[in-house]
Amino acid sequence: MLTLESLVIRQDTFVLRADLSLQAGTVAAVIGPSGAGKSTLLNVIAGFFAPVQGRVLWQGQDITTLPPAKRPISMLFQDNNLFPHLTAAQNVGLGIRPDLRRSQGDEQRVSDALRRVGLDGYGARKPGALSGGQQGRVALARVLVQRRPLILLDEPFAALGPALKAEMLDLVADLARETGATLLMVSHDPFDARRIAPLTILVAEGTALPPQPTDALLDNPPPSLAAYLGD
Amino acid sequence: MAARPVPLGRHPAGPWAGWAAATLLVAFVVLPLLAVFWRASGASLPGPADWSAVRFTVFQAVLSAIFSVILAIPVARALARRQFPGRSVLITLMGAPFILPVIVAVLGLLAVFGRSGIVNQALAWIGLPPVQIYGLHGVVLAHVFFNLPLATRILLQGWQGIPAERFRLAASLGCQPRDVFRLLEWPMLRATLPGALLLIFAICLSSFAVALTLGGGPRATTVELAIYQAFRLDFDLGRAAVLSVLQMAIVMLAAGLALRLSLLDGFGRGMDRVPRRWEAEQWPLQMLDCLVLLIAALFLLLPLGAVVWRGLSGLDAVPIQVWRAAWVSVVMALSSTVLTVAMALALAHLALQRRGVEALGLLGIAASPLVIGTGLFLLINPVSDPARWAFAVTVLVNAMAALPFALRVMAPVLRDIERDFGPLADSLGMTGLARLRGLTLPRMRRPLGFSAGLAAALSMGDLGVIALFADPDRATLPLQILRLMGAYKMDAAAGAGLILLVFSLLLFWLFDRGGRQDADT
Repeated sequence: MLTLESLVIRQDTFVLRADLSLQAGTVAAVIGPSGAGKSTLLNVIAGFFAPVQGRVLWQGQDITTLPPAKRPISMLFQDNNLFPHLTAAQNVGLGIRPDLRRSQGDEQRVSDALRRVGLDGYGARKPGALSGGQQGRVALARVLVQRRPLILLDEPFAALGPALKAEMLDLVADLARETGATLLMVSHDPFDARRIAPLTILVAEGTALPPQPTDALLDNPPPSLAAYLGD
Repeated sequence: MAARPVPLGRHPAGPWAGWAAATLLVAFVVLPLLAVFWRASGASLPGPADWSAVRFTVFQAVLSAIFSVILAIPVARALARRQFPGRSVLITLMGAPFILPVIVAVLGLLAVFGRSGIVNQALAWIGLPPVQIYGLHGVVLAHVFFNLPLATRILLQGWQGIPAERFRLAASLGCQPRDVFRLLEWPMLRATLPGALLLIFAICLSSFAVALTLGGGPRATTVELAIYQAFRLDFDLGRAAVLSVLQMAIVMLAAGLALRLSLLDGFGRGMDRVPRRWEAEQWPLQMLDCLVLLIAALFLLLPLGAVVWRGLSGLDAVPIQVWRAAWVSVVMALSSTVLTVAMALALAHLALQRRGVEALGLLGIAASPLVIGTGLFLLINPVSDPARWAFAVTVLVNAMAALPFALRVMAPVLRDIERDFGPLADSLGMTGLARLRGLTLPRMRRPLGFSAGLAAALSMGDLGVIALFADPDRATLPLQILRLMGAYKMDAAAGAGLILLVFSLLLFWLFDRGGRQDADT
């Protein structure tokens, strides 16, 4: 279970509070108006930004002060999810060891992961020689070999077209289901949330609310969300 | 969207490396300065000859800065508004004097403007009296040769900074060239000129090799040259120390002023774009620009061509000592390149956390090589024979001199790398050596190669501190050329000059190219 305990995040004049829990193994969307602090919330969970108050807990363990790499988390950012100077296989391999050294067994895991995301035989290519969707798949293959129980997506597929984005999100949801991972994804598109996330955390007016069923929330949005959705 | 997150306790590389480099830098600059002050306090006050050196130093630097910048205005304007084949070659060439050994340029200028040079031969042919290159105008001429390209590049950047849409707007309003100058170009120049003037003024203040070869005598001696003379000819360490303090005060003042206004930004970055300039599309202006560029190219290329031409015929006369000196110079250049790049890399990492570090790198420029050399001599002399330390001292001083440029090139790139890929590397646990090998070095290949090339070429051509320390047996190639010139063996000097030119350009080219090859973007 992921728990945000009396969390207070402050950035200049911006303040965000969160006090909520998310059951392990669930898929949840983080939705809210832009500037509400969705990315900031993910960055605090991932360890890129320190809260001024409160704790972040995973399965009862306090991870508030752990550096990003020591947390049980794989994160995909809005951009720059791959190193352009490394091959696809090297990029995936970094999920196993951060120093580019790989054993025979590691090689096998890397090529298995690439096959799972549909990129069999693409290991020697550099990101520049891959399409946007393929680059996303390489990043997902790395998430796969990282074997972390919590996956955070900060809109990594926002630059892709609608059909491709839906395809990638389905793939992420499948991978999360297969590995039993918990998935938390920022989205500004209610269709994405309805598609793969049964639960939604609404971030608005300085507060991240506890997860609630996505369909019910979107069918009956509170005023702050309704204004954002525009219906 | 909220501002970018600040990472939690991130240490991309062991900060100890940066601190070690910073400490070495400060110690290496500050300790000699303290030694100089300590020695100077016991010595007599500056005499009339010293004050006249100060006056000459400032005067020639003012003239050099004014001429370089004023002449650069039409050249930069022509480059900014004309697209023609060879334009990028010409701009690249504008960067060449920066890595050109001073002594080679002096050889070239002598071949063109010297007593039996091309210009005087032409003057004699039409029956006019010859011109003299030695003295104030020779020093200024050489400084303009070096700094006209620098000024041109700075001003060209200013021109490139004016959005193309403004010129389009001006054209749609029917602006004539005079109006475009008043509306768009003059405001840019007013913002750019003071910085360019001050930078070149500051550079020319610590002129040594030019003053040594083309100046001299009581009426054309810079403070740096006076330090050298007090040291080498009179062995008056007290007076050398007093002069060092004077020199430091002058350069610090000018460098401080120049820093406020800009810069060190003369190289690199997008000069390929030429916006369409409707108002300048008329043949008199096209002819004018063509003529300006032709004269500028001749002014820069003729001396270089002369070095190659005379050097080729002088190669036979080159004595064996020259080749030995070339070997010494190459080893020295490579050593100080390694030192420069390592220190710049460490300091660039430190600068991620503390912005002030970048300014620290400028210490290497603010304190002149001869002042540092004097201080080191004072420190070493009581303990050991300074001539035995000539190699190490020269390598260090050269590394310090190249460091500000390397840092200026590398620090912004490293900052971009950390901004773009730092979070990913953090989330994957890439720290220390793994981060250096997996992220930093591969992505920094271009600036690393360029900095290394710069450091190697600068060190290869340096004629500064080695002149203080070296004994007759050990010499660098520039020093060997100076000795050949002093002995009036001009053929051998020309041959050696060509060798030096080739080595300097070759080292730069090799490193720079190494950084470009297979560099992913």
